[in-house]
Amino acid sequence: MAVLVQQADFDLAAELAQLGGSDGTAGAVISFTGLVRGDSDLHALELEHYPAMTTAALEQIEQAARKRWGLVDVRIIHRFGRLELGAQIMMVAVSAPHRRAAFEAADYIMDYLKSRAPFWKKEHSTQGTAWVDAKLEDEDDLARWSS
Amino acid sequence: MSLNVVYFAWLRERIGEPSEMIETNAPTVAALVTELRAREERYDLAFSDLDAVRVAVDQTLVDFDAPLDGVREVAFFPPMTGG
Repeated sequence: MAVLVQQADFDLAAELAQLGGSDGTAGAVISFTGLVRGDSDLHALELEHYPAMTTAALEQIEQAARKRWGLVDVRIIHRFGRLELGAQIMMVAVSAPHRRAAFEAADYIMDYLKSRAPFWKKEHSTQGTAWVDAKLEDEDDLARWSS
Repeated sequence: MSLNVVYFAWLRERIGEPSEMIETNAPTVAALVTELRAREERYDLAFSDLDAVRVAVDQTLVDFDAPLDGVREVAFFPPMTGG
């Protein structure tokens, strides 16, 4: 399975070691890892998701990227539950024959994860708790790929 | 028909439960929302700004005019914030 939705942490190096392409088919590997950043006294994020929908939504994004850029392999891991400051939230790794395809595919997958993967973030800070609002730019980011 | 209606994030908090079975003849998502809003104030408040609400039927994102014929599960939630 190239898509994992889990509470547990992950080991990026171990995931990259499992990524297909080291048999000579890939010329480029790109990975992105999202971390819990400590803005405005934030000390933890709580991620809620829609279990019945999440994996299918991520697989749909993965398939679209594979097809569009002819990727060799893709691995997506997205965590849920309470994540403390500095914790890894998610990762995307892609391998492709060429560099530009790998960069673009990773960027595309991230844009879609932001606003089409059924996760919701709640911030825990010294001020209390607040749901993170989606940004208008998130939709603009998606529009970049519709050409 | 009997629908499983699920809520996430602040919609879940405002309505006060993660899911419920609802008996309805509403032909569309929009009609279901109108029915729910007429029920109790907590629903009315939760659905007062539909620009801030997204909906999925049987785990697929749809618009509010989507039909409910044959649908088993309707999910309401704010715009997603993954990644």
